[in-house]
Amino acid sequence: MSAELRIENLHVAIDGKEILKGVDLTIRKGEVHALMGPNGSGKSTLSYALMGHPNYEVTAGVATINGTDLLSMEADERAKAGLFLAFQYPTSIPGVTVANFLRHAVTNVRRPDRKEGEDLMPMRDFRKELREQMEALGVDGEFARRYLNEGFSGGEKKRAEVLQMAMLRPSFAILDETDSGLDIDAVRIVSEGVNRVAESQGTGVLVITHYKRILDYIKPSFVHILFGGRIVESGGPELVDRLEREGYDWIREKYPEAARDEDELEAKEAASLAV
Amino acid sequence: MTPATAASRPRQSLPASFGDDAFEAFLRRRDEPEWLIERRRAAFASFQALPWPSARDEEWRRTDIRGFKAADFAPPEAVAVSERDHAAIAPLVAALAGSYATGTATINASTTQRADARTLGGAILVDLPTAVREYPEIVRRYLLTDCVNPAADALSALHAAFWTNGTLLYVPKGVKLAAPLYSLVALAGAGRVDFDHTLIVLEDGAEAALVRETASRRTEARSALHVGAVEVFVGAGSNLRFVNIQNWDDDVWHFSRERALVDAGGSIQWTVGGLGARLAKVNQEVMLRGERSDAQVNGVMFTTGRQHLAYFTRQDHAAPHTHSDLLYKGGLLDGSRIVWKGMIRVEKDAQRTDAYQKNDSLLLSEESRADSIPGLEIEANDVRCTHGATAGRVDEDMIFYAQARGVPRETAIRLIVEGFFANVYDRITLEPVRETLRQAVAAKLGHGK
Repeated sequence: MSAELRIENLHVAIDGKEILKGVDLTIRKGEVHALMGPNGSGKSTLSYALMGHPNYEVTAGVATINGTDLLSMEADERAKAGLFLAFQYPTSIPGVTVANFLRHAVTNVRRPDRKEGEDLMPMRDFRKELREQMEALGVDGEFARRYLNEGFSGGEKKRAEVLQMAMLRPSFAILDETDSGLDIDAVRIVSEGVNRVAESQGTGVLVITHYKRILDYIKPSFVHILFGGRIVESGGPELVDRLEREGYDWIREKYPEAARDEDELEAKEAASLAV
Repeated sequence: MTPATAASRPRQSLPASFGDDAFEAFLRRRDEPEWLIERRRAAFASFQALPWPSARDEEWRRTDIRGFKAADFAPPEAVAVSERDHAAIAPLVAALAGSYATGTATINASTTQRADARTLGGAILVDLPTAVREYPEIVRRYLLTDCVNPAADALSALHAAFWTNGTLLYVPKGVKLAAPLYSLVALAGAGRVDFDHTLIVLEDGAEAALVRETASRRTEARSALHVGAVEVFVGAGSNLRFVNIQNWDDDVWHFSRERALVDAGGSIQWTVGGLGARLAKVNQEVMLRGERSDAQVNGVMFTTGRQHLAYFTRQDHAAPHTHSDLLYKGGLLDGSRIVWKGMIRVEKDAQRTDAYQKNDSLLLSEESRADSIPGLEIEANDVRCTHGATAGRVDEDMIFYAQARGVPRETAIRLIVEGFFANVYDRITLEPVRETLRQAVAAKLGHGK
């Protein structure tokens, strides 16, 4: 079995409109990749489609995790198969505590064959592990009793995402704009958490971001540029610096067809935001 | 409603089984004191005079009881309870006895369990026929006098004429009962009619908690009937926690009038569970008649199948500086329906009233329906009264988020439903009640179609 997250020629549509037009990307165990691109390039679409959001329709292509087909699975089966998505905008679930939610999540992910109604992970073991992970992330003990993401600050939400990643020990993690809305201290704390988990578990990481700053902490070996619904450039960390200096104009000139698609996608995104 | 309109109503619904002969036979069986017989006769006269509920009445507009034929039922008779009936109800008794200090039970209107007086610290917890014999002055003073109006409508008059068994909880002045008590009202086997009357009286400076449950198991008839009343008197500076869980099987017609009067500085935390019944029509009212009195009202409802629950709540503020806070939450599956109509009424003298009412509904199927109708009537000019209502479906984004963390869809929905009720559970200060409601909701969620 190959320990990798493999995406081939992935096409994804929302409401019949194609957003991803053939994405190829392979991440091996323990590798850190960065995916950069302007607004509307399809970065979040890729993360939602891989996680199995029902509104994202895969029209062509293949995605596998450790050799197993991802695309035929429900979202919870994908999580059990070892995929984790740190949401850009984590959903709050009123009345469900962080601890109760995570106990259900951890039990299901670690025992994928568990049937509904069977015992959850023993409370003692769970509490001990949760406490350790919260301490490592510098999260107050009271956090576990709060309702999930309900009234959390931006930083607390992102820390809660990393806490969940730490508890679920995924083989591959996608971090969707995990740095957005955070001050630099919060970016550092969250990044250190990701690194710690990734190093201890050998997790392959895909960091989706607009900005260089998170990549100062989570250092990618591979950098990809998503533009107009496809990956147009792949390289090393030097690509990050070039984007920082020059922006996306050189990409636009080099890939005129993708640029037309990108303009269309950006217009669509602007229109949907205006509604 | 003018008398002329009422008189022009069709009367064919008035059942012969609750007619003159049945009433006289009922009285003969009971051997009760004259004052009580007079009250029953007055109520029976009201029953005969009052119109049967009709879809033209505001309270029955959304609640169709044409399928309910009173003639199919007869006044409840206390009959011998079979071993099988005892066995059917035993788990319910055991659950209550395991959680609370002591309590009473009736099965098919017969008293099957009496409270252990030694744990009552001077308070009285007895069935109502015993109370009539042993504490007539208490019952005479409080039974269907100032609190529930026996002539409010035909069904309350029917109850007042024919109530059969019930419970008296009487807590004398200054007596504080730390441990919560219970009373179970059950139907089983051949039992199919229950007219329970619960009377709770806390004298000044008293404290108590009572958990009352109405439930049926394995009744043989196609349908059963409960016409009940709950009367609560909270004395000055007293504190009552009262829980009333309606957990009948879904073949029971449930009609109930429930009212609490709260004196100066007194407080009531009143929790209602609405889980069972084929159709339930409940009037739940709190009257804050003493200065700085306080009522917290909590409702947890969950319906499945073709169940229909209708609640008419009132928060009456008749004295200054009074506070009330009502939160009703309902989850609905299948083709079930919940109606809530609330009223906050503030009288002219009740300045500095602070009143709140909120009703949230979670629709778990396309066919379910929730009606929320809040209302305010305010005659004072220095008050704070607010209300709100929400109705919605389980958020697909929440389900996806939970699934993305490995939680299967069904479990995710269960967690979200539990979470929906959490803010009302958080208000309930009796842990076993929270657990009872949580388990009942989870069980019903699993039994939806």
